[in-house]
Amino acid sequence: MEVLRTNNALLTIGTFLPLVGVLVMMFVPKGKELLHKQIALLTAVATLLVGIYSLTKFNYGSSEKLQFFADTSWIKVIHSNYTVGLDGLSLPLYILSMVVTVLVMIYSWDHIPSPGNPKAFLILMLVLQVGMAGTFVAQDLILFFVFFELVLLPMYFMIGVWGGEDRQYASLKFFLYTMFGSALMLVAFLALYFQVSGKVPAGEASFNIAYLAEHGGLLGRSVQIWIFAGMFIGFAVKVPMFPFHTWLPDAHTQAPTQGSVILAAILLKLGTYGFVRIAIPILPVAAKAWAPWIGGLAVIGIIYGALGCLAQTDMKRLIAFSSVAHMGFVMLGISTLTPLGFNAAIFGMVAHGLITGMLFFVAGSVKDRYHTLEIKRLGGMLISMPRMGWILGFCVMASLGLPGLAGFWGEFPAIISAYSPAAGLNHNVFRVFMVIAALGTVLAAGYLLWMFQRVAFGQPKAEFAGASTGHPDGHGHGHAAQGDDHGHDDAHDHDDHSGDIHDVTFFEWVAWTPFLLAIVVFGVYPQLMFKIIDPAVNLTLKAFGQG
Amino acid sequence: MLINEFLLLGAVLFCIGIYGVIARKNAVMVLMAIELILNAVNLNLLAFALRNGSPDGHVFALYVIAVAAAEVGVGLGLVLLIYRNKRTIALDELSEMKG
Amino acid sequence: MLAAEQVAEHAAEHVGWFLDHAFLIPLVPAVAFAIIILVGKRLPMKGSEVGVASIFASLVLAVGVAYQWIERSHTTVEPVIRKVVWWQSGGVEFSVGQHIDGLSVVMLLLVAFISTLVQIYSLEYLRGDRRYTHFFAALTLFSGGMLMMVLAENMVQLILGWEIMGLCSFMLIGHWWEEETNSRAALKAFWTVRVGDIGLLVGTGIVFFGASAFAQESGSNGFSIAAINEWALNDTSASRTVLLWGSVALFIACIGKSGQFPLHTWLPDAMAGPTPVSSLLHSSTMVVAGVFLVARLYPLFHTGLDINVAGQQFNLIAVIGGITIIIAAALAFVQTDIKKVLAYSTVSQLGYMMMGLGVGAFTPAVFHVFTHAFFKCCLFLCAGSVAHSGSHHSFEMKKDMGGLARKMPITAACWIISTLALCGVPFFSGFFSKDEIIDNAHHNGYTVFWIVGLVGAFMTTAYMTRATYLTFFGVARGAAAGVHHDDSHAVAHDVHDTHDVHDANDAHDAHAGPHESPALITVPLVILAVLALTAGYLNAAPFHLEKFTEWFATEGREPFPELAHATFEWVNAMPSIVLVAAGFIVSLFISRGLYGEKAFFLKGITKRSRPLRAGYTFLYNKYYLDALYENVIVRAVAYPISKATYWINQNVIDRTVDQVGLTGQSVGNWVYRNIDQRVVDGAVNGSGAAARGTGSALRPIQSGKVNQYGALLFGAAAIGALVLVIVNT
Repeated sequence: MEVLRTNNALLTIGTFLPLVGVLVMMFVPKGKELLHKQIALLTAVATLLVGIYSLTKFNYGSSEKLQFFADTSWIKVIHSNYTVGLDGLSLPLYILSMVVTVLVMIYSWDHIPSPGNPKAFLILMLVLQVGMAGTFVAQDLILFFVFFELVLLPMYFMIGVWGGEDRQYASLKFFLYTMFGSALMLVAFLALYFQVSGKVPAGEASFNIAYLAEHGGLLGRSVQIWIFAGMFIGFAVKVPMFPFHTWLPDAHTQAPTQGSVILAAILLKLGTYGFVRIAIPILPVAAKAWAPWIGGLAVIGIIYGALGCLAQTDMKRLIAFSSVAHMGFVMLGISTLTPLGFNAAIFGMVAHGLITGMLFFVAGSVKDRYHTLEIKRLGGMLISMPRMGWILGFCVMASLGLPGLAGFWGEFPAIISAYSPAAGLNHNVFRVFMVIAALGTVLAAGYLLWMFQRVAFGQPKAEFAGASTGHPDGHGHGHAAQGDDHGHDDAHDHDDHSGDIHDVTFFEWVAWTPFLLAIVVFGVYPQLMFKIIDPAVNLTLKAFGQG
Repeated sequence: MLINEFLLLGAVLFCIGIYGVIARKNAVMVLMAIELILNAVNLNLLAFALRNGSPDGHVFALYVIAVAAAEVGVGLGLVLLIYRNKRTIALDELSEMKG
Repeated sequence: MLAAEQVAEHAAEHVGWFLDHAFLIPLVPAVAFAIIILVGKRLPMKGSEVGVASIFASLVLAVGVAYQWIERSHTTVEPVIRKVVWWQSGGVEFSVGQHIDGLSVVMLLLVAFISTLVQIYSLEYLRGDRRYTHFFAALTLFSGGMLMMVLAENMVQLILGWEIMGLCSFMLIGHWWEEETNSRAALKAFWTVRVGDIGLLVGTGIVFFGASAFAQESGSNGFSIAAINEWALNDTSASRTVLLWGSVALFIACIGKSGQFPLHTWLPDAMAGPTPVSSLLHSSTMVVAGVFLVARLYPLFHTGLDINVAGQQFNLIAVIGGITIIIAAALAFVQTDIKKVLAYSTVSQLGYMMMGLGVGAFTPAVFHVFTHAFFKCCLFLCAGSVAHSGSHHSFEMKKDMGGLARKMPITAACWIISTLALCGVPFFSGFFSKDEIIDNAHHNGYTVFWIVGLVGAFMTTAYMTRATYLTFFGVARGAAAGVHHDDSHAVAHDVHDTHDVHDANDAHDAHAGPHESPALITVPLVILAVLALTAGYLNAAPFHLEKFTEWFATEGREPFPELAHATFEWVNAMPSIVLVAAGFIVSLFISRGLYGEKAFFLKGITKRSRPLRAGYTFLYNKYYLDALYENVIVRAVAYPISKATYWINQNVIDRTVDQVGLTGQSVGNWVYRNIDQRVVDGAVNGSGAAARGTGSALRPIQSGKVNQYGALLFGAAAIGALVLVIVNT
């Protein structure tokens, strides 16, 4: 396997730099909150700069090769190495994780969830970043596993300490469920290693992913299927695929805004990334055997998630359920085992990260202002906070897959690719999946617009009507006039929401603008990402006789 | 060789130290006494090292000094905390560790 | 922005600047949209000037394109295809570009022209609206989306334009979203079209993979419209099943977008938007998108659905079109809202276009799109003008109109001309297009659809006569009689233009009673009325004027199915002329009787006669289709089904997870209590007891006194040293 070894310290720095910040913050007293925020933000920005530097150094002409490749022996006994590398598959997600962390840090500037303690909160977030970046660069199964698990712990504490009312239950469920999945995954990894070492010259076997991808084909069909099953459960829990999804709504609903954003934007992608990077290239025969099941569960997830959304009365829970549906599209793309579907899946991962992350941001800010996310009680958001309302509308449109915004280029090719899956798969089954998935787009429009109608349109509900402060700068006076009509006349009998309901703040703008821009940019010019993904995907799918 | 004198000095210091540890009530004094004991040991180590012509003793002595420094740091920290909480460092008034 | 990878074979040919740069036509409004959104509110006219200017620029470009196309059409009608690769994925190229042929030239011209007039009209109509800027932004993007769609080089680009229109229609129909009715209508429009879009997505996929192999030979792929058409027409190895399913799926999309039966129910509700929106939506954009898609991929539908195959009396497109003509026309009779009459009339006319395409009357159908745009746009704008200046923002014909012809002569004249055109009265434009469709249906052997067309013509005349009589003649009622009743909006939820509009700007609205509208409204009306009168002469078969065919028709010149044409005979036109006349007379007679002042035996007949009442109720409830969709399907999905799913989620799947967790916990407890505590600990406890005894014996030593510990330590060390010394000696 050809690799590029230039700048081979870059990934290590990029991955572990946040730990330096963690170290510094350890020594700063808890009370100096501002300093903590500064250090954490600085660390995150520095990490992002390293990421951007690697973007500039990345060789786009050969994005199918692992770049910035480093390989040192780590645990000799089991031939596990510290192997890191970046290729077109992981680059978008690697960078996305850094960007999201920075933006979440910015958002945290004035949104530290109760019970406060920014020191611990930010340290956890930095540790989380290490785990996320590490998972995407790891090229060794054991290393991958370590990072994969490293992500769990900070998220557990984030939900368990800073979460909503039911946080204990949600965090424990999240932790145990994913632990259960990863335990099976680890067993699968070990089984894979021992099975492969039985087939190759003694002492040669290793946990190197590329090595296993070359030799995984040596295994017999039934062995592959069983090993795949272990990995499948590990990754499917993380995605989450129907029926392993029930931890997700609870975790999302209870998690603090920052946690939800990271969970949606990055953590869910660890599962799909695992499929793309590990399970399918290493075990091609099993992948083919499993593909119809994966596809079937994916489309069930699409419809089921959408129906679940329609039943929700809580905005955040609705967005959480929509993740189940959207990740269904991603998994459908993966299950076709075609370059078109894989590309769509990876694009869909990033797009879903941006869009759903953004939706969670908005939901968090709405909760800050209204102290509730009960859809029934919200309403008239376009009047009380017009800009927030428009941002929500924009995200809703992006999320339901409007062409010209990022979401569409993940969904549409995934649907189309199901018409003609890889050779050897049953075309008729996948064509049924295609129609069902297309039906899912209607349901997506259904629950999202219905939610938007109830939250944003109409007049603000009486209990919040007096709380709007209108426009801070008088811009868009058409709405302000409206606000005057309804709000300021009875401004004297404010309830306790008084002044709470203000439009988008400075820090929110700073944190959100990159998201919004990225949604538009990737929607208008998707080639930016496909160019990077495409060669890597073709190489990954070599075993399937395409590309 | 002055070895006997060194050993003698060490023994004296050691005894003073032991006396301090057992008899003094002030925690700081006890800590100082412990320092004395350690230094007595250091003296012995150096003396034997000279006699045997091997650097081992020097190394040990350096090690002991380093550990002693850490020990005093921790010890003083403890004393300080005890003082903060109890407003006293008289050891006979402290019996929290009684089992 | 894009890598300029032009297709080599076309780049060589010189075709003129406008044709080469037709892609600018949708680009200008798209850029204008961004400008209006970003800085519109700070501009002197709140961004409307940007919108009008950009659409006008598009119009100029479109005229240039049309001119050069006509010049060029003498020598060749090879479509002008330009494309650049937009992005690629897994070896599939997604490109953007332009596919300019006669059809797209006509549509470009039409869309840009109508949009310009509507924008000018909106300057006055929406003056003082609280979301004036947003309105113009959405209107501009709406036109941009349609323009993008009509010149799309490939299916993906077409979907892009198609969906942008869907978004804009959502924004425009729900323009006054404070009222729940409006936002409901907007949602309904979006969802209904979205249901059709399932077909678009699936159909695009089917056709893409079907045509891929064939298209690759000519260096394009299965998204390319030109390639799809050639494939459908020329590839003998193409699977019949793929063609059939591809065209059926795509036609479902057209049903949704073009308001064909059974997905037509969103169109009348879409009247909730401001009148200029309805006018634009119903004349040249959005709803004709479906018709356009069928026309665009006509070879595919022609082959896939067996159009013009000898012995085939029916095909999907014609059947759907035919049903739509009749059911929509019937519904128009029971409407009291003038805009809803027009809405159903649009649905019915779209049925004509679809039926025309379905019976192989390609050019007449496209020509009907062309002429219909003018008179339908004019009719809507007239309705708006009436509401604006005549009936105090009410669209209720029975309550607030009547006898307005004298008060608003220009509006009335324009309305009447357009109505005549719509009814297909000879020498007005509608006659030359609609009659051709009916005639060709007869000629091509589709007898059933010939009759359907004739009945539809009769019904059209009848309901339009009724509407005209109610609005402009007879007695003045309500607001038309000068009665202000501001509470009208409170009773009737059908009042669409909310009262805020005129509250916000009493200056232009303070009228003492009905009067003629200002010039910004009447000028577009007059222009459109003139065109409604004359546009037909571009292709007036009776006078052997066939410029339209000559300039724009694609038949027989590029890959296109062989179509038979009826030659015009006045004899063949007679049935429809007679029926139109009959419709007029009958309807006038009944309308005068029903809505006039004098007592008349038919008055209240729907209340007296049981079968008639049943029929009326059936029509009034729109065949209960809305009830089926909204109360049965949507409600079922939104409430019981989703609730059930969620219940299963919480109580089956999640319960399982919880149970697993709880079981694990109780197993752990059991193991702890029974095995760990009793068995393992039992053994441990024995040694533990011994330790405890020792411990209590030694307890006094633990005084807690540091000095004592020190002493003990020293003593122990001393003893240890002694032992060492003894052992060593």
